[in-house]
Amino acid sequence: MAGRSIEEEARALQKKKIRRDHGKTAGMMIIFIILAILIIIPIYVLFVASFKPGDDFVAYGLNLNPEFSKWSLVNYDLLFNGDHDYWLWFRNSIVLTVITVVLTLLVSSFVAYGFAAYDFKGKNILFAIVLAIMSVPFEVVMLPLYQQMSDWKLMDSYFAVVIPFLAHASTIFFFRQYLLGMPKSLIEAGRIDGATEYGIFFKLIIPIMKPAFAAMAILNGMNAWNNYMWPLLVLRSSEKYTLTLGLNTLLNPYGNNYSLLIVGSCFSIIPIFILFVAFQKYFVEGMTAGAVKG
Amino acid sequence: MKKLFYSQKAAPYIFVLPFVLTVILFWVGPIANGIKLSFQDVLQDQWVGLRNYQRLLGDRIFWKAVQNSVKYCIWTLVLLIPFPLLFAVMLNSHLMKHANLFKSIYFLPALTSVVVAGTVFRLMFGEADQSLMNQVIGLFGHAPIKWLKQSGTAYFALLTLCCWRWTGVNIMYFLAGIQSIPNDLYEAAEIDGATKFQQFLKITIPLVKPTTIYVLTISIYAGLAMFLESFMLWKGNNSPNNIGLTIVGYLYRQGIEKRAMGYACAVGIVLLILVIIINFIQLILNGTFKKEED
Repeated sequence: MAGRSIEEEARALQKKKIRRDHGKTAGMMIIFIILAILIIIPIYVLFVASFKPGDDFVAYGLNLNPEFSKWSLVNYDLLFNGDHDYWLWFRNSIVLTVITVVLTLLVSSFVAYGFAAYDFKGKNILFAIVLAIMSVPFEVVMLPLYQQMSDWKLMDSYFAVVIPFLAHASTIFFFRQYLLGMPKSLIEAGRIDGATEYGIFFKLIIPIMKPAFAAMAILNGMNAWNNYMWPLLVLRSSEKYTLTLGLNTLLNPYGNNYSLLIVGSCFSIIPIFILFVAFQKYFVEGMTAGAVKG
Repeated sequence: MKKLFYSQKAAPYIFVLPFVLTVILFWVGPIANGIKLSFQDVLQDQWVGLRNYQRLLGDRIFWKAVQNSVKYCIWTLVLLIPFPLLFAVMLNSHLMKHANLFKSIYFLPALTSVVVAGTVFRLMFGEADQSLMNQVIGLFGHAPIKWLKQSGTAYFALLTLCCWRWTGVNIMYFLAGIQSIPNDLYEAAEIDGATKFQQFLKITIPLVKPTTIYVLTISIYAGLAMFLESFMLWKGNNSPNNIGLTIVGYLYRQGIEKRAMGYACAVGIVLLILVIIINFIQLILNGTFKKEED
């Protein structure tokens, strides 16, 4: 130690730490890059396959070889110019997703505000029911609900697809968590200004919920766009089919249309991807603010 | 009347009304109806008492489905809780670079519908020598496998699909939980000379516990109710020897494919009871009830 000042000692330690940190960063990067590659493989495989002839996948399965010699735009030509219902299903999915997301966010935030802003008789029991429903699979009520919709003559309607999920338990839970952090003075200020209880919600609360809306728009949008089970039971006529339902009808006992299925699948990811990219900035922020707290 | 509607006393009830209606119409009603139907032979319109349940007890295929679902559920818990938590901690570290890029990449699979994902995985796990997975094991000198025709490899395919789709989502949940932990706790620990690993054990794990319980609850739910992944991987509800049949798959087979609504509702009620028991055990083990008593 002789001859070394304390400062030098500290600097040496600091250097060592920086070197160690670089090592850690590199190690983590390697893990994350490998994981990213594994995650991208199926998407890459799908993308490559969209340029290959449809009979190929049936015979050989999907793999990583690009096999450029087999590439053509035949599938894309089929997608854009072929005689099929793909774009009808695409439009249906967009309409249904937009309706579902807008109404779910509105109704669920309305309910969540009731839980977050007021104390009222029966609140705890009701909130316990929110939690209970969050942990019960929808599949449990799927069949009786299907029966009920059929008794009510609501089969084959978008109304029946959407209505059971507008007051959506986990979305309500999330919004309530988010709203617990709102300043109560905001409500008081609204009351002093003479706003009604509902006016406070629509004019003062909704604007401060933007990050939470963004996070839930992504999650609910994903669910609605990719929803399969319930629309499969409810929707009957092909012209009302959503994309997921329609894509799956391409494989049937009378012939498999893998060409359209693969290229259509590729395309089906795009709208929801755009939604994700558009709201991504708020996503983690919103998720954090509404995160489950003890 | 109008005055009452706008009063502060009535407002909370108006706010939660959509949820109350949803619960009554789409949960309590169908569950009650499901219980009623489970004591009936719906096609003959007869009460059959406990006969559906007796039949269920002796139904080997049903037990196979239960076994499959439980096995799948346990595996998803093992794979989809510790690893995403660890990845989230690393992504949150200041030593990590390009964290946002990785987050987006890991989230991508969740944007694909189960129809698309299932189809791609079915073809990647195809039987041909050239399918992706057979190419991979070929690199290690292994002969091609019929992945989806034997229980072990079929489970591997199912779990790969599940991890592929949900790792990114669970990372997001954990990241949100981690980011709501106050930073000064870590700074204090740092000053006291705690290592990163000690900080992870003593600060991160206890403080993300609410998130962990949330993720655990929804994973149990999703694991036990899994159906579509198997439905897509085997292109329908029939897998060789029922290796991919799940509880909900059986419910669907009986209720929709065979029109035995009463029997299918009994399956649904058993699933409901199973989910309630497992979640109850989980909540007791995690001390959720104890905390509320304090």
